[in-house]
Amino acid sequence: MPSSKQNPHRKSAAPLASAPSVSAGATSSRESAIAKPLSLEDMEKKAKKLRRHIIEMTAKAGSGHPGGSLSATEIVTALYFNHLRHNPRNPGWPDRDRFVLSKGHAAPLLYSALAEAGYFPVEELLTLRQLDSRMQGHTDMTVTPGVEMSAGALGQGLSFGIGIALAARLDGRDYRVHVLLGDGECDEGQVWEAAMAAAHFKLENIVAIVDRNRQQIDGWTYEVMETEPLVEKWRSFGWHTIEVDGHDLAQLLAALDKAKRIKGKPTAVIARTTKGKGVSFMENNLKFHGQAPTPDEAERALKELE
Amino acid sequence: MASEASIREAYGRTLVELGKENEDIVVLDADLSKSTMTQFFAAEFPERFFDCGIAEQNMMGIAAGLAASGKTVFASTFAVFASGRCFDQVRMSIAQPGQNVKIVATHGGISVGEDGFSHHSIEDLALFCSFPSFTVIVPADAIETSKAVRTAAATYGPFYIRLSRPKAPIVYDDKYRFVLGKAVMMRGGHDVTIIATGLMVARALEATDKLAREGMECRVLNMSTLKPIDEEAIIKAAEETGAILTVEEHLQHGGLGSRVAQVVAKRHPVPMSFLAVKDFYSSSGKPEELLEKHGLTVEGIQEEVRSLIPRKPRV
Repeated sequence: MPSSKQNPHRKSAAPLASAPSVSAGATSSRESAIAKPLSLEDMEKKAKKLRRHIIEMTAKAGSGHPGGSLSATEIVTALYFNHLRHNPRNPGWPDRDRFVLSKGHAAPLLYSALAEAGYFPVEELLTLRQLDSRMQGHTDMTVTPGVEMSAGALGQGLSFGIGIALAARLDGRDYRVHVLLGDGECDEGQVWEAAMAAAHFKLENIVAIVDRNRQQIDGWTYEVMETEPLVEKWRSFGWHTIEVDGHDLAQLLAALDKAKRIKGKPTAVIARTTKGKGVSFMENNLKFHGQAPTPDEAERALKELE
Repeated sequence: MASEASIREAYGRTLVELGKENEDIVVLDADLSKSTMTQFFAAEFPERFFDCGIAEQNMMGIAAGLAASGKTVFASTFAVFASGRCFDQVRMSIAQPGQNVKIVATHGGISVGEDGFSHHSIEDLALFCSFPSFTVIVPADAIETSKAVRTAAATYGPFYIRLSRPKAPIVYDDKYRFVLGKAVMMRGGHDVTIIATGLMVARALEATDKLAREGMECRVLNMSTLKPIDEEAIIKAAEETGAILTVEEHLQHGGLGSRVAQVVAKRHPVPMSFLAVKDFYSSSGKPEELLEKHGLTVEGIQEEVRSLIPRKPRV
């Protein structure tokens, strides 16, 4: 029986005819289409570009979650533009490294990265949250090329990632699985069911990255539901833990590389971040967890991101 | 009384056969492998069996991740946990993406018995039938269980298969061919149609034999596939017998009765009766005592048929 069966629900299984080529010199061979890692300097530029997309998309849509997208921008930049082995022209490549966005409300961030990486045209980003758009309010794996999991109900991505990581082991494939969780999301009990299981199964091929921006919808995490001691929690569940400044690309890349060398257990990267990072009036401003900038605010934000 | 066989054991043995035929079959359980009988697969293929512990929500997510990576996944636990405990996980990760996950749950209905209401699964069919992408099957005996499980393995997409805890009277022989989405006419009468699922099929047959002695000829349909339901068989039954009784080990709303009634109301209205679990939570008790309390007995079926026939419109 073939290992990759066709899922009739998954409309994006075939690469898109409209997907732009990855680099100017791309040839038809699969090897050359694998995304090339960017330098630190270029990644910083890319992160700024993603932030601009996030502002423009949510402002145009008039709704969405800019705060938690901006806090995780460097994390996703480090993954898609340096660390991940992936091929935007072949989203279903069985050997691709996986990125599972568990905090599905950061969809604008993921879409921005996928578009910039070449999974679909950048222009499509501005259709965010429109009827029948491939840029759904929360991620939908059946419509968007490169989106690995349908998310939006929190706490579920790590379990899904474990399934993918176990499949790698069964199939003898060496791809790695990265799951991005919010710190508020860690309130969900299922996260800890999954944390226990990943360690139990000794999944050294999975990395959980926690976007520790310290805010959730109703307030600071310590007010709504105390998350600390967060690093100790992951460690006591049997994970190798690494704490980084979640806006420092070099630290993030070093942590992801270190995780590759950790054997016999999964790695959790606790990334200290700032909600709304990059736009002065959005930083640590709860209002922008689940609210789009007004046209005026968007204009000011984009000026700061020039 | 017909001979009996364990539905659960049929599931466990079939999984082992499937595991030998297809190395992409992976089986998950949530600390109930001795009850769900996935233990046979675990013993034969330890590398492809994952016990997720008492964490059903996590199990469903893992199942989805494995399926997204090309595996055909069977995930088993008790019906009450598979449906209620992780409804959102199934909805998000399995139903919406249409993943190739087969949730095979044992201990369906109230024939679970002594464990009490916490383990009586009386809402599961309503919950699983509510998912747009799911196929839902309730086999009548061990033979149909084996064939249905094989069909599920060979058919891409999410399945819910509900099995019973007690042994079930054998109603089929080995030559039986299970066809997904098709009701099976077990008796061919014209006075009334009894549509049943699961353990209730054998009871419907026994009731029919007894009613024949009173001069009533019942048609019996085994509606083992609840979703998609066999509309043609229902319409034909309505047209040809003029009255329909549904019998199921589940609440009246959301299960077999509701689904049949929707077809009847829309396509060919006839008088209907619904024999189902009554609208309350039951106590502990022997399976037979509980079924009796809810009227899910041979006598209960006979009684319903007798009161349904006079409601048929005079031609």
